[in-house]
Amino acid sequence: MTDASMQGGAAAPSRKSSIHTIDARTKKRNAAEARFKAYGLAAILVGLFFLVVLAVSIVRNGLPAFTETTVDLEFVLTEEQYQEAEGTLFKTAAYTDFFIAGLREQLVEDGVEVAFDEDAIERILGKVGGNLREFYRANEDKLGEPVSFTMSASSRVDGYMNGRVTRDGLEDSRFLMATDLDLVDVLRDAGIITQSFNWNFITGADSGVDNPGGAGIGASVVGSFFMMIVVLVLSLPIGVAASIYLEEFAPQNRFTDLIEVNISNLAAVPSIVFGILGLAVFIQFMHLPQSAPLVGGLVLTLMTLPTIIISTRASLKSVPPSIRDAALGVGASKMQAVFHHVLPLAMPGILTGTIIGLAQALGETAPLLLIGMVGFVARGYPDGFVGGFTEANSAMPAQIYTWAARADVSFYEKAWGGIIILLLFLLTMNIIAIILRRRFERRW
Amino acid sequence: MYDAPNTELHVTQNDIKIAARKVQVYYGDTHAIKDVDVDIEDKTVTAFIGPSGCGKSTFLRCINRMNDTIDICRVEGDIQIDGEDIYDKRVDPVQLRAKVGMVFQKPNPFPKSIYDNIAYGPKIHGLAKNKADLDEIVEKALRRGAIWDEVKDRLHAPGTGLSGGQQQRLCIARAVATEPEVLLMDEPCSALDPIATAQVEELIDELKQNYSVVIVTHSMQQAARVSQKTAFFHLGHLVEYGETGKIFTNPEDTRTESYITGRIG
Ligand SMILES: Nc1ncnc2c1ncn2[C@@H]1O[C@H](COP(=O)(O)OP(=O)(O)O)[C@@H](O)[C@H]1O
Ligand SMILES: [Mg+2]
Repeated sequence: MTDASMQGGAAAPSRKSSIHTIDARTKKRNAAEARFKAYGLAAILVGLFFLVVLAVSIVRNGLPAFTETTVDLEFVLTEEQYQEAEGTLFKTAAYTDFFIAGLREQLVEDGVEVAFDEDAIERILGKVGGNLREFYRANEDKLGEPVSFTMSASSRVDGYMNGRVTRDGLEDSRFLMATDLDLVDVLRDAGIITQSFNWNFITGADSGVDNPGGAGIGASVVGSFFMMIVVLVLSLPIGVAASIYLEEFAPQNRFTDLIEVNISNLAAVPSIVFGILGLAVFIQFMHLPQSAPLVGGLVLTLMTLPTIIISTRASLKSVPPSIRDAALGVGASKMQAVFHHVLPLAMPGILTGTIIGLAQALGETAPLLLIGMVGFVARGYPDGFVGGFTEANSAMPAQIYTWAARADVSFYEKAWGGIIILLLFLLTMNIIAIILRRRFERRW
Repeated sequence: MYDAPNTELHVTQNDIKIAARKVQVYYGDTHAIKDVDVDIEDKTVTAFIGPSGCGKSTFLRCINRMNDTIDICRVEGDIQIDGEDIYDKRVDPVQLRAKVGMVFQKPNPFPKSIYDNIAYGPKIHGLAKNKADLDEIVEKALRRGAIWDEVKDRLHAPGTGLSGGQQQRLCIARAVATEPEVLLMDEPCSALDPIATAQVEELIDELKQNYSVVIVTHSMQQAARVSQKTAFFHLGHLVEYGETGKIFTNPEDTRTESYITGRIG
């Protein structure tokens, strides 16, 4: 028995094998490798697919927010008509009648015929009469001369022009009747209803719930900007100083271990916790103004600090110790070694971490809920630089959240448009991060 | 054995530069250096040899207090340079390190230009009054580092772009730029090829005219080539210290003999 097994054992290595025939073991290994590669590729493809779906739906839903539908009409109101309208009981209705007459005239001139009434005009344009009256009462000198009016169409008409509202399935309501759409078609063909780029969406402030057309994200961009200034100015120096101390100077003991563990824990704390902390400390205890970017920035600083500290420490750690030895070896003090040699090498990592932290903060909504930046309707811009920090304002994600929560579907469109703007900012920040990293990276 | 007396004839007696008495080093609970007494001479190359882990680097790093940067490291005993205790409370290790230069095992130039590598030490110690002064210091240091001719046309090229041997000579030049009195070298040639090693050894031989050089090496041939005095460490003890020729040809301790003949590795 022993003999036999020994013979078998001895025979195995001497068996001749050609490298041209692939043995079973190798085949299995290769198959496993091929499978693994396929899984990896599939994972990437699935990821890409979702990314594309996301991008397409954001763009499709959000782009309409960047266009507005307006009615442009040259209109003359004579002195007599003005006096007459001001003399009646229903003044705005009188103005509406004059406007309709003007519109009819215009259409006849253009050679189109369509029947419509006052209600249809009000459904399409909202309160035309009121707007006209307001204008002429303020500019009496314009009476008797032609004035071009550009008035926003109602959100339903805007939706129809964008393709959100269609004729099929349209039920007549007091907001829109099927026959109104015929009128819209005619007016569009006559060049009276046009679509144009909605600058107001980018520069304007939020509007009331009844006026989705006038809503803009500009004021909340300013709010976000001031918040980011607060976050950057506070979290970068504090975070970097804390990291340098912990990484380079602090003794290794229980206490520093505890700090270290807690910083990691803080990075994982849900952001709403920071929000309620901010509410309790900054608003209720310190009596800082509610809804102010200053408070938002302070709360987001708390949230960003752990991120910055962790990434800064990681990049300090990745600087080879031999560089520290070299500096200490020629008689540099510890601080000189850190500031002259270690920190410049860690800079790309620190900057990347900081910008990622800022980007996170920029998109953060939950903590803002609790300090009153969500739901606050910013109707204008802050006056001046200091006001930017202390006056109540909204922030981009908060504004988006507010819009998405409103009943009118046109606000939903605005929410998507706001997301496009937010993503553009994030993209810009990431590009800046890449550029800075390239610039500071020592390629030698 | 027959050439032993020959070597001894060449040895001249120099002043004592570094005197260590009863030095103990602990890393936490590990006792890494035990009771080391040694007198290192001025204008002499002293080699530390011994199996790896025996404490050569540890002892070397005591001489410029680089061990201070290791939290768990504790040094006891007495080390004097020119009769002054370097572990005295009044000593600032930063000032000491300007006086005791160090070259490390792996070449570690700063990721800066060749010029800035050399100029950094003199700058932080205020050795140059103006730019011309600094230029002169840099040139002198690079000449002493025997690398001037190779880099004089590209002083503003990165130091990390040089070859390994050039980088190590740059590091030596950087160490001498602060005008130290002692130069410590921890296996300076272990990352270098034979040609670069020969260049560095030649340089060490020249440096001994001005400095007290202490070199850790794991190559006994190197110790024999460059040093006048050799110290053999084993398990944290300084087993034997004396003229290099004598250590290699006629060691007194059996452990030294075993190591030299290759029985302890
Ligand atoms: N930073 C350190 N922390 C803990 N122990 C160390 C450290 N450096 C060296 N030692 C220990 O001290 C002893 C001597 O090490 P070292 O001086 O580096 O030896 P050598 O240079 O002779 O090879 C070794 O046992 C080593 O494990
Ligand atoms: Mg060593």
